[in-house]
Amino acid sequence: MVMTKPSIDQVWEWLDAVPDPEIPVISLVDLGIIRGVAWLNDVLEVTVTPTYSGCPATRIINLDIETALNDHGIKKVILKRQLSPAWTTDWLSEKGKTKLEDYGIAPPQTAGGPSQCPRCKSAQVEKISQFGSTPCKAQWRCTDCLEPFDYFKCI
Amino acid sequence: MGDNSLVLGHRVSEWCGVAPVLEEDIALANTALDLIGQTQLWLGLAAECEDRGRDADALAFRRDVWEFRNLLLVEQPNRDFGHTMMRQFLFDAWHSLVLAALKSSDNSAIAAIAEKSLKEVTYHMERSSDTVIALGDGTVESHKRMQAGLDRLWPYVGEMFQTDEHDLIDVAVLRPAFDELINDVLRTATLSIPTDNFTHKGGKTGARHTEHLGHMIATMQFLPRAYPDAKW
Repeated sequence: MVMTKPSIDQVWEWLDAVPDPEIPVISLVDLGIIRGVAWLNDVLEVTVTPTYSGCPATRIINLDIETALNDHGIKKVILKRQLSPAWTTDWLSEKGKTKLEDYGIAPPQTAGGPSQCPRCKSAQVEKISQFGSTPCKAQWRCTDCLEPFDYFKCI
Repeated sequence: MGDNSLVLGHRVSEWCGVAPVLEEDIALANTALDLIGQTQLWLGLAAECEDRGRDADALAFRRDVWEFRNLLLVEQPNRDFGHTMMRQFLFDAWHSLVLAALKSSDNSAIAAIAEKSLKEVTYHMERSSDTVIALGDGTVESHKRMQAGLDRLWPYVGEMFQTDEHDLIDVAVLRPAFDELINDVLRTATLSIPTDNFTHKGGKTGARHTEHLGHMIATMQFLPRAYPDAKW
């Protein structure tokens, strides 16, 4: 009997439903860390790049990918770590950026800081700290509504 | 490279929970995390090349002081926050130049780790430069502490630029770029570079670490040494 292999597009769709463990509002595909999906005979190889080299979520991310694919009936999964080209916030999807902003996290800007407060949309913002609650975020504050907020660092 | 990031990463992590303000605590912990992440990559590669059945953890937790090849600068104790940030700044400046050079290595594994690390280190450099300027050109007290930090750490700068036969790149040629990088920041920070260029050495060769490394390693390695089979 020949096993019907799910198409690569189908796999991408499934992966797009796996939430980032730290920022569950966006998917692993939105985050831009899934760099490739390919069938090697009956084994599915998923290429993943880390956001930050020490990000503690990496191990959970790998586990979540395997679990999701196993649940969809793919039993043989290989996860390949790819360091180069290094992850960049340019790989964040447009859908992901919109979801981040709606969630209260200002999306990355090439200018190096948030364009506006994700709550009140004021452009009057200032940096509190270059680092935040996870390796990928910094802390900013709106000087109009006075709320502090997370900014997704641009790297 | 792996020993430098491991030793400095551990040192910086010692601030976790006790930094002067919450934002700095988080920033220091994040910097430590980046450095430990880079350590896993470097020591992972070293273990693979060595091919003696050891992994990154074995290299980090089952070697004694004389087997460490880190620069003396990174094993120096934290002392106060100003001193910690001055050590970070001097290391970040060196680290960013070395990684930029290693990025063009013929060895693709080394080039990939350097490329990844450089992004993180560029961010560290931005923060440590800003902090050195803010505190150097800050209050009388903060200025005094930053100058004291620079005076105490300056004798450890020279070792960073001594090339030996194990180096993949000639680090000595990076010195002018380093001087340019730090001179700008230190001038803006109103700090004076000491005129005495005496240099301590022996960390990179492992021949003569300062006494601080042994104490640090004793703490760092305690758990896996006492409970070798411990698992998360």
